[in-house]
Amino acid sequence: MAVHYPLVHTATAPLAPPITWGDEISNFIRRKPLGAAGALIISVMLFVALFAPRLAPYDPYTPDYGAQFQRPSAAHWFGTDEFGRDVLSRIMYGARIALFVGFVASFVGCTLGALLGVVSAYAGGKVDLCLERLMDILLAFPLLILALAIASILGPAVQNVVVAISIPIIPRAARVVRASALSVKENRYVEAAGSLGASGRRVVLQHIVPNVMAPYIIIVTAQLGSAILTEAALSYLGLGTAEPTPSWGLMLSGSASAYAEKAPWIALFPGMAISLAVFGFNLFGDSLRDALDPRLRRKG
Amino acid sequence: MGNYLAKRLLLIIPTLLGVAAVVFVIMRVIPGDVALLILGGDQAGHIDKAQLAAMHHQLGLDQPLLTQFGVWLWGVAHFDFGTSLWTGRPVIEELVGRLPLSLELAILATIVSVLLAIPFGVLAAARRDTWIDYLIRVVSIGGLAIPSFWVGILIILLLVIYFGWGPPLEYTPPWIDPWANFQQMVWPVVTVGYRYAAVTTRMTRSTLLEVLGDDYIRTAWAKGLRERAVVVRHALRNAMLPVITLIGTEFAFFFGGPVVTETVFTLNGVGRFVVDAVAHRDYPVVQALVFLIAFGFVIVNLVIDLTYAWLDPRIRYR
Repeated sequence: MAVHYPLVHTATAPLAPPITWGDEISNFIRRKPLGAAGALIISVMLFVALFAPRLAPYDPYTPDYGAQFQRPSAAHWFGTDEFGRDVLSRIMYGARIALFVGFVASFVGCTLGALLGVVSAYAGGKVDLCLERLMDILLAFPLLILALAIASILGPAVQNVVVAISIPIIPRAARVVRASALSVKENRYVEAAGSLGASGRRVVLQHIVPNVMAPYIIIVTAQLGSAILTEAALSYLGLGTAEPTPSWGLMLSGSASAYAEKAPWIALFPGMAISLAVFGFNLFGDSLRDALDPRLRRKG
Repeated sequence: MGNYLAKRLLLIIPTLLGVAAVVFVIMRVIPGDVALLILGGDQAGHIDKAQLAAMHHQLGLDQPLLTQFGVWLWGVAHFDFGTSLWTGRPVIEELVGRLPLSLELAILATIVSVLLAIPFGVLAAARRDTWIDYLIRVVSIGGLAIPSFWVGILIILLLVIYFGWGPPLEYTPPWIDPWANFQQMVWPVVTVGYRYAAVTTRMTRSTLLEVLGDDYIRTAWAKGLRERAVVVRHALRNAMLPVITLIGTEFAFFFGGPVVTETVFTLNGVGRFVVDAVAHRDYPVVQALVFLIAFGFVIVNLVIDLTYAWLDPRIRYR
């Protein structure tokens, strides 16, 4: 015998279509046009850096003494420098150094700082006090001065520049992440996890760390631009990467100013590249902070 | 207030000791032998052992680390920062000669940045997400993005090409020839001022936005106050504290901050002194300057905190 199920009428409403990645992206572009512009700039830079050997029209290292100080032309879009090297090719290869140093220094510095910040906030008491004082002391040094002092001892090389730039970033990240970890720590669920017998390690990794990811991401993006700028400044002062490595800051130093009257393009284009890269990261970081920081969300 | 002042002054001692220790650690413990660098730079293999030992002794590097630290601290307490390896003159003497220039640059650039930053920051916050806000944000983010040494190079380039003007080599103090001083300082001030105006504008905008979301602002609107009264009288006043801190901090950083700008404009200030000392591997000078710049920063910070406590009684009793 067939069973007759009663026909049940439930109220139905059309479901909103699931939000796809495409929607998310178009939403971001619409609501944060400046941030989207920043993301575009970063993507282009990353592309150029990754495919520099394919994209660059000339070799960035080989001097061509027959082609010194050539004006920007169809053959050399951004002209050539005092060794006859193609400025555009050097800028393309320079993107590799700038982005590498920027990403690694910012990531290493912020991660170490964030770890210290979380530990400091969770441990509290004497540990917190000591770490806080240490961070205060490190913050008393201007970023560039501290990087300069460290770089001067380590000598000019890419990996030394990364170290010199990441160390001053540590206290800056530690302070931000500690503040946010302190407020997370006050939440009931952290207390609950503790009373259920979770180990300190588990509380920190499972409950506190995921909740301080937003400020962590904000500080990483915020420091990216400044790391790139610091690398350029160090190289400009002769303490960053050494010749013949094509670094944007290095391209502006010495010869660029010396030949500025004769060949202004040598100084013009690398500066534009630095500005554009940092500009892109700052635009993106700014919008990201606006989107992630609840205090800046529009109220009411 | 008296108690607070005493407490803050006492707290500064461990901070300064810490600063001295950090400088010492950076300069002595990180790999690299100062004596080797002074004697032969990179051809480390060719240096005579006796010569090296003599240099170690001369620099006091053959003493235990703690003794070295003690000796250095004792000198610092007496304003004796050693002598420059490059010029042979006491570091403090060299420094005093360069201080007026850096101080003038710091004061003028701070004035320029505040005059630009506060009105534009307020405007951007009050017109959030309109084209005015976007324009101000783009210009101020640009100020952070454009390296000041590049701005300096471009300014010099334009001045050289169009006016045949090159940066003078000697600093003329304003009390000797104000016009010559103005000509010399105006471009560095613009270069540094733009950058710091950018930082301050962004800070003003974001703190003001935070305050504008508060309940009492809604009350002020509900009372029917005009926008000007709400934004300037109610919101801006409460948004100013972090901005004041930032301005003070910037001022402190100016002593050592415009390192690159001073180099570009060949201004013989404190920042340039650091760069020259690093280039000449003049370690006593680098050590002294890094310490003194941090010292200046700690002092300015103390002054800011005291101003805070004076402005806002709640801080004193916390």
